[in-house]
Amino acid sequence: MSTLDSKIPSGPIADKWTKHKNEINLVNPANKRNIDIIVVGTGLAGASASATLAELGYNVKTFCFQDSPRRAHSIAAQGGINASKNYQGDGDSDYRLFYDTVKGGDYRSREANVYRLAEVSGNIIDQCVAQGVPFAREYGGLLDNRSFGGVLVSRTFYAKGQTGQQLLLGAYSAMNRQINRGKIQSFTRHEMMDVVKVDGKARGIIARNLVTGEIERHSAHAVVLASGGYGNVFFLSTNAMGSNVTAAWKAHKKGAYFANPCYTQIHPTCIPVSGDLQAKLTLMSESLRNDGRIWVPAKKEDAQAIQAGKLKPTEIKEEDRDYYLERRYPAFGNLVPRDVASRAAKERCDAGYGVNKTGQAVYLDFSSAIERYGKEKAFSSGKKDASKEEIIKLGKEVVESKYGNLFDMYEKITDQNPYETPMMIFPAVHYTMGGLWVDYNLMTTIPGCYATGEANFSDHGANRLGASALMQGLADGYFVLPYTIGDYLSNDIRTGPIPTDTKEFEEAENEVRNQIESLLKVQGEKPVDYFHRKLGLIMWNKCGMSRNEKELKEAIEEIAQLREEFYNNVRIPGKAEGRNSELEKAGRVADFLELGELFAKDALDRNESCGGHFREEYQTPEGEALRDDENYKYVAAWEYKGKPKDAVLHKEELIFENIELKTRSYK
Amino acid sequence: MGGIKTSIARKVAMALSGLFLVLFLAQHFTINFTSVVSPDTFNEISQFMGTNFLVQAVLQPILIFGVIFHFVMGFVLEIKNNSARSVSYAKYNGGANSPWVSRNMLLTGIVVLAFLGLHFYDFWVHEMQVKYIQGDMSGLNEAGEFRYYEETVAKFAGQPVRVAIYVFSFVLLMLHLLHGFASSFQTMGVNNKYSKGIKVFTKAFAIVIPMGFVFIAIFHYLNNL
Amino acid sequence: MKLNLKIWRQEDAKAKGEFKNYQLNEVHGDMSFLEMLDVLNNELVEKGIEPVEFDHDCREGICGMCSLQINGEPHGPDRGITTCQLHMRKFKDGDTIVIEPFRANAFPIVKDLAVDRSAFDRIQQAGGYISVNTSGNTQDANSIPIEKDKADMSFNAATCIGCGACVAACKNASAMLFTSAKVSQYALLPQGEVEATDRVLNMVAQMDKEGFGNCTNTGACEIECPKGISLENIARLNREYLAASLKG
Repeated sequence: MSTLDSKIPSGPIADKWTKHKNEINLVNPANKRNIDIIVVGTGLAGASASATLAELGYNVKTFCFQDSPRRAHSIAAQGGINASKNYQGDGDSDYRLFYDTVKGGDYRSREANVYRLAEVSGNIIDQCVAQGVPFAREYGGLLDNRSFGGVLVSRTFYAKGQTGQQLLLGAYSAMNRQINRGKIQSFTRHEMMDVVKVDGKARGIIARNLVTGEIERHSAHAVVLASGGYGNVFFLSTNAMGSNVTAAWKAHKKGAYFANPCYTQIHPTCIPVSGDLQAKLTLMSESLRNDGRIWVPAKKEDAQAIQAGKLKPTEIKEEDRDYYLERRYPAFGNLVPRDVASRAAKERCDAGYGVNKTGQAVYLDFSSAIERYGKEKAFSSGKKDASKEEIIKLGKEVVESKYGNLFDMYEKITDQNPYETPMMIFPAVHYTMGGLWVDYNLMTTIPGCYATGEANFSDHGANRLGASALMQGLADGYFVLPYTIGDYLSNDIRTGPIPTDTKEFEEAENEVRNQIESLLKVQGEKPVDYFHRKLGLIMWNKCGMSRNEKELKEAIEEIAQLREEFYNNVRIPGKAEGRNSELEKAGRVADFLELGELFAKDALDRNESCGGHFREEYQTPEGEALRDDENYKYVAAWEYKGKPKDAVLHKEELIFENIELKTRSYK
Repeated sequence: MGGIKTSIARKVAMALSGLFLVLFLAQHFTINFTSVVSPDTFNEISQFMGTNFLVQAVLQPILIFGVIFHFVMGFVLEIKNNSARSVSYAKYNGGANSPWVSRNMLLTGIVVLAFLGLHFYDFWVHEMQVKYIQGDMSGLNEAGEFRYYEETVAKFAGQPVRVAIYVFSFVLLMLHLLHGFASSFQTMGVNNKYSKGIKVFTKAFAIVIPMGFVFIAIFHYLNNL
Repeated sequence: MKLNLKIWRQEDAKAKGEFKNYQLNEVHGDMSFLEMLDVLNNELVEKGIEPVEFDHDCREGICGMCSLQINGEPHGPDRGITTCQLHMRKFKDGDTIVIEPFRANAFPIVKDLAVDRSAFDRIQQAGGYISVNTSGNTQDANSIPIEKDKADMSFNAATCIGCGACVAACKNASAMLFTSAKVSQYALLPQGEVEATDRVLNMVAQMDKEGFGNCTNTGACEIECPKGISLENIARLNREYLAASLKG
């Protein structure tokens, strides 16, 4: 019944990838020199793919809107990267990583893709170490691991609180090597404005030079979109200010199906919103949940006193605290997956137990960790009868060595000292599991147009586990796409360079010019941010951590109205020539205003709760998510038909042959 | 200087020449200091230094070259550094992140250079005149005694302006050394567990030696009031 | 609080720039510096005036995109942070804040407060990498144990975010701290040793070519560096460079 061919190879799951690699077509090295590939985005997925493709011999052009490829938002990932190395000897394996990821994704991801991800995960670590990525090490000189939410083993490799930056710099250095060899041309401060299709195949892009404003045509035999996720549709998120959906959305409008747009990850440990003019939310690494205990006051009157500023958290007695995650999920406690932790926080705050002025925050408390570490340290350093003060002092030192930079960051932002008083945290939009639909080869429904990393939908199902985004980005870029793209390009060895003076390029360029002109022409009254903020509020209130039919329907209406208002009342000063960041923002927000509606439509269509998608109508009596495997065990891939509300749903049934579908339980 | 083309090579050359001048300074101070303790010793050493072939024909040209090199390279670097930022800041709060002495090596250096001019005029030109133009290598005055001590003292005795210039110049030399001496180790790549000790030593040196020279000048001035 | 802002405006790299004065009447201490500029820009847009262009992206102090010379210091008066992490509680009611772009000939102005730091990219392209293929057949990650101290030092050097504050702070606009951080990261790892000689020579040559000034060890870069990159790295660079030059 589906028009979608996922191209999953046959055979046992552990052999699929090897078999597939053996069977697909390759391009010989001499021919690779005659083939051009465009990569949009230089985060982990884009930089790693560009470097590897160039190394294989293809001519690569990379595009990023930042002033350097190194600044892509992968850089902000703090916690770590998973790999089934089993260095700790705690029973880890490819299968277990595969199992955890599928289960963590609430059984809404494609088995074969996830297994492949687990299979290549170890290779990523080898690769990065060889590149000089300075991972944390133990005193014996070997790599250190830590534990993340939703799993029972320690498989997370890390570089203090900057794993993302270190991995990205690794990939960027590999890119630099190829730039130096002349195999990569790097276009920075360029925004992709559209995909160009020739004879139904992706053959290039139209890009805007963000310094001069020039509209440029770039051709290639294949286009790879590694442009990240669309969390900024919520305006406030942990994404970078520039993160956007434009590249993916433009591809969607040209025929790439958009899959599961409603799957959004709300990260439980972010610094709460402080004011109306805030532009951005800051994440505190999930690794903090290794040692921090999450609680709210058990008595409502205490919570109210705290909200009114009459009571301090440290004044609340132990028995009057509600460690709600430990209470509800004794097996995983504070390390439940992100969706579960976020929802539990929202539940307590909605019930009136939240802290902070707004009542929209919970505590993340390190006092017991400080005491525990202090005792251990006192014991191991021979101070058997250390005083309480000494223990606390030693404990603070241990906590500082583990999380010092995060604590400093918290203090800079909030002006509170987390060593003395518990941190306040609240969930915030962080990652989008949905994205462009891709087959096993990572190709979208436009031939020759690929999507990797967060831009595609493939590996995380309805919820992503911590430290898996970095893994997926690099797996796609270093180890998957460079092989699978050859299968498609093997038909292009005789094509020769793609000319850009054709009518297809001209039409695409004109469309882009028209859009820019029409945006500049409005000359209304409100800046772009006004609309973006409004969109974000609709999304957060009606398509956020919990959703219901009534509000989703309202959201669809409101977004459509807002979009109309945007095109009638937005004000963009300046010209199309030269740098104009209001114009850049306007183009991005225009696309968010369309995506937002599709997002709500997808959420409305999915009459079940799964992972990050929680529909209030579908929950167990205890308030846990209630999946409907009979009717919704599919990927919802939407085809563009002129307006978001007219999008047509295509279903890819998910087949689980290796994992038994169960109710996800972390109790 | 044409052979030293890269930024780091120039810096290293600057540091090496600086270190050489620091050595010379230590040596110069030691000899001068004897003028306070024992005029005879001072005279003897002066005669030795002034007539020894190795000192005069080998070390002296090296020293002159070192001085010239250090100054010329200092200017070359300064010009290069200034031209790396042709539009300067309207507001530049350098004091917030670096010590004054480190930012004003050119200023302190120029004062020291000007002083050297005076110093050369006072002593070196005179020495060259006597020794190589008049050909008098004896080091004796008309009375048949060594002339060095008395000539040195004569420069300060009853010359408050000259003493003041000396004091001022040596204070600036101190500032110059406070940054320069320690800095040369960093440039040579020395930054390790000994660096703390090196810092203490160089700072002490930078203060003690110039202040020692100041002391000598004031001593002779006061001694002959 | 009320603030007076004196902001550098310049149309593009070639245009002549000038300071413009602006006033903001409602600034809160909890706002970040860039949120304060957002507020200014939205006010300007509503009046139909082109907003002040400045670079920024992650707004959590890690991407290195934000810059700004604030009252004569890169990333403002606070320490260990980037401009996006600077909060307005560091300023007082009635303050005048002078905001300029990072100034260095190697960082030409793009527009207003945004500068072009691609010189840093080119320094890295000249050798800031290990020549290992990315296609997966490398040896096991744990086959070469690395002393924890060295790995940590390498990490500390690698935390550089490439923001350019070191250049902006330096009275000579020198890029030594940046270059030395990159050279150090690799020099401290066994994986990086193989190419150490060429790497340091090529990166320094490129650094010079870009027109940065020389290091005179004022130490301003270390103080202003948001990531606290140590001057030890510059000493290491000097050492590596000397050794490499002698080797030839």
